[in-house]
Formats: sequence, structure tokens, C-alpha cells
Amino acid sequence: MSITDIQITEKLTHGDDHHDDHQEQSFIFKYIFSTDHKTIAKQFLITGIFWAILGGGLSVLFRLQLGFPDMDMGFLQPFLGDWISNSGKLDPEFYLAMITMHGTIMVFFVLTAGLSGTFSNYLIPLQLGARDMASGFMNLLSYWFFFLSSIIMFISMFLSTGPASGGWTIYPPLSALPQAMSGSGMGMTLWLVSMVFFIASTLLGGINYITTVINLRTEGMTFRRMPLTIWAFFITAVLGLLSFPVLVACVLLLVFDRSFGTSFYLSEIFIGGEALPNLGGSPILFQHLFWFLGHPEVYIVILPALGITSEVISTNSRKPIFGYTAMIGSILAIAFLSFIVWAHHMFITGMNPFLGSIFMFLTLIIAIPSAVKAFNYITTLWKGNLVFTPAMLFSIGLVSFFISGGLTGLFLGNAAIDINLHDTYFVVAHFHLVMGSAAFFGLLAGVYHWFPKMFGRMMDEKLGYIHFWLTFVGVYLVFFPLHYIGIAGFPRRYYSFTNFDAFSSFVDLNSFVTVAAFITFGAQFIFLFNFFYNIFKGKKAPINPWNSNTLEWTTPRVPEHGNWPGEIPKVYRWPYDYSKPGAKDDFIPQTIPYHKTEESNTDFENEEGKKERFDN
Amino acid sequence: MNNTAIIFAKRNLKLKSVNAKKFALWLFIVSICMLFAGLTSAYIVKKSDGRWLEFEMPDMFLYSTLVLILSSITMHWTYSKAKDNSLKAVKIGITGTAIIALAFFYMQYLAWIELVAEDVFFVGNPSGSFVYVFSGLHLAHLIGGLVFLLVIFLDTINYKVHSKNMLTIEMCTTYWHFLGVLWIYLYLFLVMNN
Repeated sequence: MSITDIQITEKLTHGDDHHDDHQEQSFIFKYIFSTDHKTIAKQFLITGIFWAILGGGLSVLFRLQLGFPDMDMGFLQPFLGDWISNSGKLDPEFYLAMITMHGTIMVFFVLTAGLSGTFSNYLIPLQLGARDMASGFMNLLSYWFFFLSSIIMFISMFLSTGPASGGWTIYPPLSALPQAMSGSGMGMTLWLVSMVFFIASTLLGGINYITTVINLRTEGMTFRRMPLTIWAFFITAVLGLLSFPVLVACVLLLVFDRSFGTSFYLSEIFIGGEALPNLGGSPILFQHLFWFLGHPEVYIVILPALGITSEVISTNSRKPIFGYTAMIGSILAIAFLSFIVWAHHMFITGMNPFLGSIFMFLTLIIAIPSAVKAFNYITTLWKGNLVFTPAMLFSIGLVSFFISGGLTGLFLGNAAIDINLHDTYFVVAHFHLVMGSAAFFGLLAGVYHWFPKMFGRMMDEKLGYIHFWLTFVGVYLVFFPLHYIGIAGFPRRYYSFTNFDAFSSFVDLNSFVTVAAFITFGAQFIFLFNFFYNIFKGKKAPINPWNSNTLEWTTPRVPEHGNWPGEIPKVYRWPYDYSKPGAKDDFIPQTIPYHKTEESNTDFENEEGKKERFDN
Repeated sequence: MNNTAIIFAKRNLKLKSVNAKKFALWLFIVSICMLFAGLTSAYIVKKSDGRWLEFEMPDMFLYSTLVLILSSITMHWTYSKAKDNSLKAVKIGITGTAIIALAFFYMQYLAWIELVAEDVFFVGNPSGSFVYVFSGLHLAHLIGGLVFLLVIFLDTINYKVHSKNMLTIEMCTTYWHFLGVLWIYLYLFLVMNN
């Protein structure tokens, strides 16, 4: 027996140990404090869905204020209490709290934890051929830190002074001085505490993902044979590992400023005519530290979605992904560039224009790898035997948003144009399309695609189609008009525009956006029904419903802890052998050796096949 | 390539792969590096901004640095003793390292007192606050190192540390040396910027 065999047997017995435990495991250890990556992934998903409803609900509420500023919102008093005044008006401070919470929830809790947490956890071991994550315990901790952070953030929303209200970017001095606004008191403190646990969760998860990808690939799973999903999750985890500690540094100094009276971010501030003692700090410093995380963070959000899309589009086009190496290269290029462009969020902080032009140049370079990705998606679709599953539609929707939102990035990346457009609805439209909606569509595509593996049942396709079209059209109807509003000069985060005559011609457009937002938000309930109903009542799924090549479809319908009942499968080829000329079927799973597919092999692959025979 | 050669090549490939736990530790170290890289860059950015208080670094920081280097040496001695299976020496080594580390804690505290005597406070100009943050955060990570020492001490008592089971003590040694290097970096950074 070779060493590799011994290692496999070791792992097997290890897996079997778990298996034996499994029978006696109580409900608590099987479903709540589980160390099984599949259960943890589902926990992340369900928590993410909860947050998505809440975050989306908040956006609908503040759209109501923006679209219909004269509306009597008295009917919301039973839910919002004192936040609605007796004359039926939304409290302006609570408006700020809502946009802050919407941003925080969507960026961190839904699109970071909900997306990476779910699919990295679920797919990394399954697609690499591992029994579980490198450390199940760290994975367990990762979820429960996230849960704790969720609880703290949730509680902060019920404070009488309101949750954090200074925007999700929590710029000081607004966030640093409790006397600045009511949300900067206890609400801000809880926000910071919650984020500390959130970062701990992300780092624990990220260390685990990277270690698993490096160490636990099955035999034959070389880096060049990894599905693009895994590449994306892997690089995402690296980005998180490098950028979240900087957010720790940033937040730590803010905590010192808030609670101990240091002056890292504060200087020469007068409140009510009286000078604060703080001298020598600089709020710009905060922005540098924050955006050093903040910019990679947007790629932490979008890269997993792009990885999922690569997989779904290739599978459902029945074609190999176009430019596999270029896809990996562009992920790496985007990841590298993401660390050296942060100052494009700060063009108007009075930075040296020469420095601004360097950051502008670096920012615009990102267009190249992004365009490579968009091009490769389209060329993969080109002349494919397209199968329009809901997952496929959402993936194509993602490509559409990525392109239309990405184009406005070229404008905003230009320092000269950004000075005009900074902090307007143009920015809101840009990032909601390219990052928000695109990543959200990636999340939905992933759920539709891997639902059969997660729960062993199928989701309803028709409801999926209705959900897709309402959401896809809805998202464009919501965010496209915001470009016009932004170019007209509407600043974001303002409570009301009725005092400015210049904006009165946009009242109808704003109402239209609000109506569209309601329809889009309403359509998500179709998904929720489809999701929760079919977990229990759905049609039982076949082993490989999408005729896919990757390893997760070689597991049983509902994989137990340990994933494969017998030996871990070996991998002999890359994951994108779809419609290979000469092959019997239009897909060849990664587990089929070359010497069994002589009819479709190239000369090189025939050579590989001969070597495989030697090995066996 | 013949059959055996291929199998041989594969074996080598397998043997070379790093232990998952050790690898995770290195990733943790990378994240700590990023934390301090963020803080020290903040220091540079803030300093270039002006309104910066210049002061003398306490001599005590130099002595404490030497003491921390000494603890790294004892830690390495402990590690080599574990390789030789002399468990008694390992216990002495761990205890010694921990005591030296506690001395380092005390010396950092003395250095803070020196700073206060210079009228450099935690609350005040950021140039002073940064010194407290750097040294304080480093100590916080050193507490983690002390816990790690306690763990391998208990492991040694239970005969879980020996030449065939070097993983935990190796990881502890790596982390300890890292903390030493980290402090030397912070110290040199502060000295060169003052």
C-alpha cells in the first residue's frame, strides 16, 4: 500500500467515527452545534435569508419616504412606534438609522456571511472531495460568532436611541461622538461590538477555507482541475484574511476614540460653541483604513457570485467554460488590484490630484479583468445548448447587471467626473447593480442550482421563472432611473428633497422607483415559499439533476456526515468536459479516467490514460 | 517514467504537503501581520499629516526587547529538548519561558510609566497613543502565547509531547518566535520614527 492509501484509510476511519457518533447524536449536536460543513452552510443560508428579508424590508420602508414624502405613515405606528410622529411622518433620525442598517446588513450579513458562508462551506469539501473542512470545530465557531454578532446587531435595532445611524461606512467624527446624533450612542457601540464578532467569524471561516483548499484536495484534484467556484471562494477567503484585520485596526482606534478619549480621528471639533479636548487626529485616516478593507470587501461580495455563475453557465450551456485559465487569471488580477485602489472612494477628501490620478489609473485597470470575465461568460453561452433552469437565468441576469453596473464604474473611477457624481444616486445605482444585485443574483443562482444537493429535493421551476422575471425586470426598474436622479445631483442619504425646487421634476420618477421596489421585494416571497415549501414537500431529486461534472453530484442524494459512504472519489480530468466531440454523453464527470474515454480523447489525454493504467 | 517512479513521485508530493493545523497557524500569523501593517501604516499617514508630538522612546523598551529575545532562545531550547525526549527539561523550559514572558509584561508596564513621566499619555496626541496601542496589542497577542504555553505544559505532563509528537510544541515555538519578531519590528519602527 502506498502512503496515499494509508492516508485515505485514516480519513475513512475518521469519517466512520463521526458516522457512528451520528446515530447517537442528539438533535442539538446534529442540527444546532454541528461540525458538519453541510449543516453549517445551511445555518449560514437560513440566517442570511432572515437578514435579507430584514435588510430588504428596511429599503422598502425608506423608499416609501423617498417616493411619497407627503404620505401619512400612521399605519406603520404599530411596528415602528415612536419612530413615526403623531402626524404620520417618519422620524428623520430613524431614516438615517434605516439606511445605515440596510447597508450594514446587506454588505456584511447577507452578501458576505450569507453568500461566502453558505457556498464556501457547502461546496469546498464537496467539490474537492474532502470529508469535511480542515477544522470542523473552527467552522462551528465561525457560525456561532456570526450568530452572536447577528443577535447583537438585531438588538441594537430596538434601542430607544436607535441603531448606528452614520452610514454603513461609519465615518468619524459623526460616529465617534455620542453627542453628534442619537444613533452614535449605544447603537454605535453595539454596531462595533457586533462587527468584532463578525470579523472573528469571517477570519475563522476564511482560515478554514484556505487550509481546506490547500490541504484536503482529493487525489488528482490539482489546482488546474479545480472548479472555478472553488477558485473564487479560495481567493475570496484570501482577500478576507488580508483585509478584515485592517478593519480591526480601524475599528479598534475608533473604539479608543469613543470610549477612552484618544484623538486618532478627532481634532479641533466644536460642539455648541465649545471646543472638545481632542487635538491632532484626522478623520481622513479613518477613511484610508476603512477603505483598505472596504474596497476588497466589494470583491469579497462579488467574487463568489462570479464563481457560482461560471459553474452554472458552463453546466447549463453544455459547453466547457470559455477561457478557464483566463478566468483564474482575472480572479487573481481583480484580487491583487483590489488592494491598491481604495483611495478612489476618497477623491473629494482633498487628496493630492497627482495621487488621485494614480488611483484613477489603477482603478480603471480593473476594467480589464472584469471585461475578460464578462466576455468569457458570453462566449461560453455563444452557440451552447442552453438549458434555461432558474439558476441559469439568474446567472445570465448576473452577467447583465455586472456589465451594465460595471460601465458606470468607468465614470465613477475618473477622478474628474467623480467630483461631480460623488455621493449622489449615481453611485447608489452603480454599486447596487454591479455589486448588490449581481451578488444577490449569484446567491439565488447558487441556491437554485445546489438546492437538490442541499435538501435532496427539487425546487419548483415555474415559480423560479416567475421569481426571476419579476426580480430581473424589477431591479432594472429600480436602479436604472437612479442614474438620472444622480446625474441631476440628488445626494444620497438625504431624508427629503421637497425643499429643493430643482428636484421637483423628479418626484414622479422617485414614486415610480418606489413602486418598482415594492414589486421586486414582493417577488422575493415567491422564492421564500418555493424554498421553504420544497425543503419538506419538494419532488425527490435525482442524484445528478443537471448532468454536471463536479464531485458533489457523485455523493448520495442526501449525503451524511463524511459525504461519501465509501472511498473518496479520485479525479482524473478538469470539471468542464461538456459536449466533448466523440463522447457518448454530453458530459464526462471528473471521476471518469481518460483510459475509459478513448473515443473522445486528444493525443495528450491518451498519454495520460496510459499513465493511469500504470497507477492502477 | 516507469510505474515505481510515478508512485514514488506521488509519495513525495503527499509527504511534502503541510500539516493542516500548522498551515492554519501560518494563516493566523498572516492576519496578525495585516493588523499591525494596518496600524503602522496609519501611524505613517498620521505622522505625515503634521501636528505630531515628538518624544524620546523609553530605554525600558530596549531592555524589554532583549528580554523577549531571551525568551525566544529558551523556547527554542525547550523545543530541541522535546526532540530529545527529555521531558523534564521541556517542563523547565516552558516554565522558564513563561516567567521571562511575565517579566517582559512587567517591563512593558515600566516603559509605560516612563512614558507617563515624559508627559506622553494614552489620551492625547496620537503619536503617543500609537505607542500604547502597539505595545498593548502586542501584549494581548502574547497572552494568547502564554495560554498556548500552558496547553503544551499540560500536554507534556500527559506525555503528549515527545519526539514523535512534535506538532503542538512546534506550533507554539513558531508562534512564540513570531511574537518576538513582531515586537522587534514594532520597536524598530517606533525608534526609527522618533
